[in-house]
Amino acid sequence: MLKTLTLAAMLSLGVASGALAAGERQGGTLVFTAPYGSSFATLDVQASPNTQEEFITQAIHRALYSWDSIQNKPVLELADSEDVSEDGTVHTYHLRKNAVFHNGKPLTADDFIYSYKRIANPKNAFPGASFIANIKGADDYIVGKADEISGLKKIDDNTLEITYTGPINPGFPLMQNTTVIYPSNVEDESSFGKSPVGLGAFTFKEHVPGSQVVVEKFDKYYEEGKPYLDRINIVLMAEDAARDVAFRNKEIDVSILGPTQYQAYQGEDALKGQLLEVAEVYTRNIGFNPAFEPFKDKRVRQAINHAINAPLIIERLVKNKAYPASGWLPISSPAFDKDKPAYAFDPEKAKALLAEAGYADGFEFEVTASPNESWGVPIVEAILPMLKKVGITVKPKPVESSALGEAVTTNNFQAFIWSNLSGPDPLNALRCYHSKTAQSACNYTSYASAEFDKLYDAAQQERDPAKQNDLLRQANNIVQDDAPVWFFNYNKAVMAYQPWIHGLVPNATELAVQPYDEIWIDETAPDSRK
Amino acid sequence: MLRFTLRRIFQIIPTVVVVALLIFVIFSVVPGTFAASLFADGKRAADPQMIARLNEEFGLNKPLIERFTTYVTDLAQFDLGTSFRTRQPVIDLINDRMWASLQLAIAAMVFALVVGVPLGFLAALRPGSVLDTVTMIGAVSGLSMPQFWLGLLMMYLFALQLNWLPSFGYGDGSFRNLILPAVTLGVTPLALLARTTRAGVLDVLNADFIRTAHSKGMSEAKVVRWHVARNVLVLIVTTVGLQFGSLIGQAVVIEKLFAWPGIGSLLVDSVAIRDIPVVQGTILVIVLWFLVINTAVDLIYAAIDPRIKQE
Repeated sequence: MLKTLTLAAMLSLGVASGALAAGERQGGTLVFTAPYGSSFATLDVQASPNTQEEFITQAIHRALYSWDSIQNKPVLELADSEDVSEDGTVHTYHLRKNAVFHNGKPLTADDFIYSYKRIANPKNAFPGASFIANIKGADDYIVGKADEISGLKKIDDNTLEITYTGPINPGFPLMQNTTVIYPSNVEDESSFGKSPVGLGAFTFKEHVPGSQVVVEKFDKYYEEGKPYLDRINIVLMAEDAARDVAFRNKEIDVSILGPTQYQAYQGEDALKGQLLEVAEVYTRNIGFNPAFEPFKDKRVRQAINHAINAPLIIERLVKNKAYPASGWLPISSPAFDKDKPAYAFDPEKAKALLAEAGYADGFEFEVTASPNESWGVPIVEAILPMLKKVGITVKPKPVESSALGEAVTTNNFQAFIWSNLSGPDPLNALRCYHSKTAQSACNYTSYASAEFDKLYDAAQQERDPAKQNDLLRQANNIVQDDAPVWFFNYNKAVMAYQPWIHGLVPNATELAVQPYDEIWIDETAPDSRK
Repeated sequence: MLRFTLRRIFQIIPTVVVVALLIFVIFSVVPGTFAASLFADGKRAADPQMIARLNEEFGLNKPLIERFTTYVTDLAQFDLGTSFRTRQPVIDLINDRMWASLQLAIAAMVFALVVGVPLGFLAALRPGSVLDTVTMIGAVSGLSMPQFWLGLLMMYLFALQLNWLPSFGYGDGSFRNLILPAVTLGVTPLALLARTTRAGVLDVLNADFIRTAHSKGMSEAKVVRWHVARNVLVLIVTTVGLQFGSLIGQAVVIEKLFAWPGIGSLLVDSVAIRDIPVVQGTILVIVLWFLVINTAVDLIYAAIDPRIKQE
């Protein structure tokens, strides 16, 4: 399945970037949509954990690492190379010498130290602090016990040494939106939120609150010959239906599709060839609270997994805009086990398991759910008759999204339905099932398994990526067998793009976020874009 | 007149105070917090340390009474607070969006007035005619049609099929971008104005003083201009006032649909993520707008109908 998916992703990529060989065209304006709300919270992206601000980050900023969608892993971005110590904790980065901020300042090690200290500053309460916490001494700095982060050391202007708390892959935490590098020579920090300055391929031009952000080509960008585009209008469009009209009317160049639109676009000859699909790193699930008596028994949880026909729901309700989930780690994870089958739809087996657990007459439970069409109340309503057939009565408890987050993180639920991050880093994703991870962090189902912990701890110490993935694969299979959740599906993200757009990539971390410096527009574009 | 004006303005104050208190109480008891909303889309794992830091920074872990005192004290100094999400003063966020909302509301009202009032007049002057029937069917449809659906229809027709207008966005603030959202928003007040004007004109046309005017030999045009129009004006001003006052609130759906950067879409986003200072500030501004328009309407009454001032 993984091979099939990779092929599909590459084919999609081929469609999106098919004309690359013919030569990328310079110039033009890209009209890109930011679909996750009606505004940008802030232009100071270090302060924002939202996906919405990542659209700005991609254009204006750069972090030490970046996500390579083709290799499906983080790669060095602001350094040409790195030396890693024997124990894997000390990384010495040889920084790019040709990287310049939009205000003219050349990139130096001071900018990293300044930025990471700003992110971890206890007065700021920035979301990226938890990523910086992977650097030695950051924990003390974050709580105000130290004036410096001891793990950060400037060797010279172009060399930075970072000591991490363990032999982690620092690419994952230090490629984030919230860990981008700002120039250290800006006196008024409040200007970052009004007129951002970064190292990215585009410079900030204009922000019309509630409408759009406009960026323009940065001539001193460190990648030779890039970017291709002159300008990008990042427009805010939260409504699916409005985006659909605007895309068909060629007013926007890309559009993220929901299930209904995905089905409609697949049925239209002019549109079905213009879809880019990828298995994103989110697992939709129903989490069971073991404090609720029936869910203490593994057999009950397994029975629920057998009693629900997930592929049918995916086909009918989610319009095939998802991949059935077999376990927690998604298809695009390097530790995904393609040989491990999903729970089979088998109501008889479910009944037998329930009887073994002492629930032959069934029981009743409540599922806290948001209105989300792909992982909310509609899905709970769909499983209702299926579970009724094995004697289980389900009652949806509708709440708003923010109330769902609060209910789950305060352990105030019997069961919940949610979509949760399960990649791209399998080590970080499975951390949520370690017994030492707090329920309020991400161990929402209070999962605890000595066998799992042992495998996970071994994986954490393992420096060979292949062996580490193998250990994580085994750990993931234990989670699957213990069924702390109903494994529903992995999100299939779908982006429609206009035929004149090239260079889009199947970004499994978030398809809507694209590397703008790779995108170019061909001659067939309307005059307004050329 | 000055006393009348001052009295009406002072009447706004208790209303604002009650509304402010209600908003505070409601958003203090509804489930969900700003910190929890940051993880609500499931795209990142919850971070208890960050939740604690944010709750402390925004004073959300303080007792309700202490937060209430701070809120009232700030409000008394015209300070609407700081947004949790953007960390900017709420008043700045509202300022950034207010002009777009006003543009939309004014354009919608002008459209409703220019089309609705003449249609209502003509329908009343020819009751039972084709024009009357069509106008009233259109008015009922306009009142009953969901704005979201109507907006989508307008987009499909004028943007996608005819390609006359952009389907979304503020653009560079041009008039072309304003037309579709304004017309969609203006349909409901238009329908209401047409119906109200028609009813008002029919009522006046049956009055004794109209018969007297006719019997004195006054022409139809003069009767309509001097007697009918002036008497219906109070009714029209009332309807316009009520509708205009509530248009900014009604625009929430339209702003979302057309990606129009007004305070309506700011409010919706802020409610979803529990950015309480922005929610409180925005609702307060919408209520204040309603009250100011209504006060203005009262003052206009007094100007156009001296009987009201005497009362």
